[in-house]
Amino acid sequence: MAAPLAIHLEFGGGAELLFSGVKEHHVTLPSQSEPWDVKQLLVWIQRNLLKERPELFVQGDSVRPGILVLINDADWELMGQLDYKLQDQDNVVFISTLHGG
Amino acid sequence: MSENVCSLKAQLEEKEKEIAALRNKLTQLEKGPGSSQELHRSVLPLSPLDARAALGNEDIMRYSRQLLLPELGVQGQLKLSQTSVLIVGCGGLGCPLAQYLAAAGIGRLGLLDYDEVELSNLHRQVLHGEENQGQSKALSAAVAVKRLNSTVECVPYHLQLSTQNALQLVQQYDIVADCSDNVPTRYLVNDACVLSAKPLVSASALKMEGQLTVYNYCGGPCYRCLYPVPPPPETVTNCSDGGVLGVVPGIMGCFQALEVLKIASGQGSSCSQQLIMFDAQDARFRSIRLRPKQADCAVCGDNPSVTQLVDYESFCGSAATDKCRKLNLLIPDQRITVQDYKSVIDNAEPHLLLDVRPLVEVDICRLPFSLNIPLSSLEQGKSEHLRLLQERIRRLKQQMAGDGQPPVYVICKLGNDSQKAVQVLEKMSGSDVDGITVKDICGGLMAWAKRIDPTFPQY
Ligand SMILES: [Zn+2]
Repeated sequence: MAAPLAIHLEFGGGAELLFSGVKEHHVTLPSQSEPWDVKQLLVWIQRNLLKERPELFVQGDSVRPGILVLINDADWELMGQLDYKLQDQDNVVFISTLHGG
Repeated sequence: MSENVCSLKAQLEEKEKEIAALRNKLTQLEKGPGSSQELHRSVLPLSPLDARAALGNEDIMRYSRQLLLPELGVQGQLKLSQTSVLIVGCGGLGCPLAQYLAAAGIGRLGLLDYDEVELSNLHRQVLHGEENQGQSKALSAAVAVKRLNSTVECVPYHLQLSTQNALQLVQQYDIVADCSDNVPTRYLVNDACVLSAKPLVSASALKMEGQLTVYNYCGGPCYRCLYPVPPPPETVTNCSDGGVLGVVPGIMGCFQALEVLKIASGQGSSCSQQLIMFDAQDARFRSIRLRPKQADCAVCGDNPSVTQLVDYESFCGSAATDKCRKLNLLIPDQRITVQDYKSVIDNAEPHLLLDVRPLVEVDICRLPFSLNIPLSSLEQGKSEHLRLLQERIRRLKQQMAGDGQPPVYVICKLGNDSQKAVQVLEKMSGSDVDGITVKDICGGLMAWAKRIDPTFPQY
């Protein structure tokens, strides 16, 4: 049985608008038998934080194209993407790419 | 035999290009000083930058404060004067970028923009002035840059970067800076840079945030390595919809200038495989380590599927401009024109005008008799807003005393959100939102300002 995890979530580049404009969220993921991974975190976010229009945030079991996920200040591609096992106090950022100039 | 023919043809082509470039140079010289500001509407071959072995006295004086930096020095300064940079987009990023590159003594600047200067550009596009309104942005930027440093060669291009011209253009420059404002152009610039092996210094800005990365540089990733699939068009916000504080692209454009100067002078950029994120609200910069070049990348990978430029507007499902796209969600029966709505008012027909813009826009301007409930509140079904709407509809029903269905006209800035709101209202059940006729006003308040009331503010 894994203990509950305290995680720091951040949304930016406009992705925060899907979360009532709030950029930073300190959340606690409940304890569960398996360790938490990012795939499960996305489901948890959809159920607990994302109030509307999930298609603007997720696509299939991943984030939609144009959103970059950063785990502890590194591209999630370097960390194992959806399979990354979350640790207590991890910092996960979801940033929407900007195109304006 | 055929090999000989091919080689001769190639040589001829090469000579013809040289002749075209010389002719071009001669016409420029014959026209006298100032004529180098001539606007290019197509891509012409450029003559190579003159090689220089030493700095003149005037150069030494002009650049003395940066020559003192061991990071730059005389060798770095000479390299700058030998470097050509293509700036794609002379807007909020391109203006400060061009300004600092010219001030630092870059050799040649290609200044590309298809657009003309408008009043609403001036808060961030700081090379353009009030008197330049209606002028080509590329030309306006070139004139401003020339005034700052006449030794910099400027090539203003008044054209849209396209699948047809991008490679020819990019090949003529040493470094490319993406200062564009839309998704298809970002993919086009990236692919042209990968296919021509040019470093790409890319930045973007919106609202109170900015991002910067150097792509296709020293074995690092390209834009497609990071974003293999374009974002769904409905998730992309542009500056004319979302707004932007002028100084934010200003800061990002200056950051681009810094990285271009480091690459051009031989110091090298520190932003390859890095994403710089700037949050203006919290005054915070963050540097994020990105993935390396991806072996399966469609354009820079081991087996690229993109070996020539493609159709980027259809790849991205959106147009290569930041102008607002027009949605068409409703049938003609569900829409009225601003002229029709004018006669509704003139005939004093009972109705409800529902303005679905966000509060910040209603504060800019509104029609005095409108009820404001933002689209987002309707979508979320916010109860206090719904009660307000129900109350107004109940009063309207009483006023009409059963004489037909009460009409609700929905308006927004340009007539996109109002269509979405009509759909939301039609789906809504609940005693008092039922039994009404909902229509959107085509073209919104901006159409009202253009066709009915010229004193109504445009934004
Ligand atoms: Zn790539």
